[in-house]
Amino acid sequence: MSSAMIDLILKATLDTLYMVAASGVISALVGIPLGVLLYVTRPRQILAEPTLNRVLGAITNIGRSIPFIILMVAIIPFTRMLVGSSIGTNAAVVPLTIAAIPFVARLVEGALNEIPPGLVEAAQSMGATPWQIITKVLVPEARGGIFTALTVTVVTLVSYSAMAGAVGGGGLGDLGIRYGYNRFNPTIMLITVVILVVMVQGFQSLGDYLVRKSDHK
Amino acid sequence: MIRLHDVSKTYYPKGRRSSSAAVTALKHADLHVPQGQIHGVIGLSGAGKSTLIRCVNLLERPTTGTVTVDGQELTALSGAALNQARHRIGMIFQHFNLLTSRTVFANVALPLELMGMKRSEIRERVTPLLELVGLADKARQYPAQLSGGQKQRVAIARALASRPKVLLCDEATSALDPHTTGAILELLRDINQKLGLTILLITHEMEVVKSICHRVSLIADGELVEEAEVGDFFTAPRTQLGRDFLNDFLELEPPRALIERLEAHPGPHSHPVVRLAFSGDAVSTPLISRLARECSVEVSILQAKVESIQERTLGLMIAELMGPAEKTREALDYLESHDLQVEVLGHVQRND
Repeated sequence: MSSAMIDLILKATLDTLYMVAASGVISALVGIPLGVLLYVTRPRQILAEPTLNRVLGAITNIGRSIPFIILMVAIIPFTRMLVGSSIGTNAAVVPLTIAAIPFVARLVEGALNEIPPGLVEAAQSMGATPWQIITKVLVPEARGGIFTALTVTVVTLVSYSAMAGAVGGGGLGDLGIRYGYNRFNPTIMLITVVILVVMVQGFQSLGDYLVRKSDHK
Repeated sequence: MIRLHDVSKTYYPKGRRSSSAAVTALKHADLHVPQGQIHGVIGLSGAGKSTLIRCVNLLERPTTGTVTVDGQELTALSGAALNQARHRIGMIFQHFNLLTSRTVFANVALPLELMGMKRSEIRERVTPLLELVGLADKARQYPAQLSGGQKQRVAIARALASRPKVLLCDEATSALDPHTTGAILELLRDINQKLGLTILLITHEMEVVKSICHRVSLIADGELVEEAEVGDFFTAPRTQLGRDFLNDFLELEPPRALIERLEAHPGPHSHPVVRLAFSGDAVSTPLISRLARECSVEVSILQAKVESIQERTLGLMIAELMGPAEKTREALDYLESHDLQVEVLGHVQRND
């Protein structure tokens, strides 16, 4: 294999890692609080706001129901406004993040739902404020579940990022399509797939490790 | 120390205030627990015990009525003031409700963190508490590594951390085996005596009431139907529900074969079967032999039991009084005049 090819593969790997990392971090930063908000505003919860809850729930569902490839194209004007361009890795990070936020939020909400209500009740009996209940009870108790949620999200982002080629985002998926599929180069195709598999395995193992570390049940 | 005045709690399904499907879990409850007392509320599942105890620290806000703890009317408070007041009310639960993500030490420290106490002060406060409940060596372990009894000890230490005046116990021993239950009750009594803590507990177990409570209330269908000193309650419950609880607890029922032969009304050739409960002086009087001598009736003892409750001795007996009708009538009067609780369970036909 030519050294130019190796450079291409290397660059594509880094592009994928960059897209996954950037969208993963941003979607976690926005998605976790959104998931917490979805949970605590439920009826009979510590900050029950049924109307707000319904609105947030509806927005989250809309975000999750739009197929990623359509979302990516549909928000091009927004992407351009945000990163100044509609093509490239940064341009791919925008739709990836927007797709991942509701995904993270729902998974985090599910993780919080696993916490026995008695723990919140105990904290309330100690005079905890809603904010203290969130920071000292809900989030720490759901830590394992939140790590699981983020692991699933990152793995999903790896596969979504393969579609980023559609907006010239680069990355391994794009490389596989352009060089492996369109130019009939099975070696390239195989290499990109193998790298993606290794990457997913790595993220999954890291996630499992974090879940184990944080779980004292 | 704790005073509930005319407290009711009604649940309306899905927030509709006028629905006929509304459930009233607590009806006009009045309760007063003086400083330093251990007060038990006993009742069957669904009688409203949980609602009652949750109304004390306003985990459930009463629909009507007032709750006063340590001279402060909690029902008039909300938000930050209520949270402040809750720092002076500890609570423990049936399922312990410890945080799995925190060590034993950090669990006990939690209420102090919530109060904004400094780390060094927290350490000084937590260590003696762990010693008090006998878990100083488990400080760095996680709740999952502890037994049920140890978890409840941690929960007790946590409830005491903010130095409350009042401790609420929500079925605190119901998930524990009898031996562990005994040890936890022992600890609660200890705390009550050492710290002068006022304790309100709810339970469905007479054993709990018997071993640590001073006074007891009986709850049924959301109403407090009976309240008495524990010694009085165990010798002479005033309601049928109270008697049912007592009989279940003492397992003092006539033998099955006898129950089948019992008739409600006396016949020409029948003997009364009676349940006798005696306490105080009556315990040490040889009543049965006197009965035989002075009233010339024969007494066949079918079951008997002596219980020690709050340093009072309680004797219970099921007996058949054998003799002519006028003699057995005389015998019953004799027993009643000697301060015994006499309940005629029925009459059985003579075998001869």
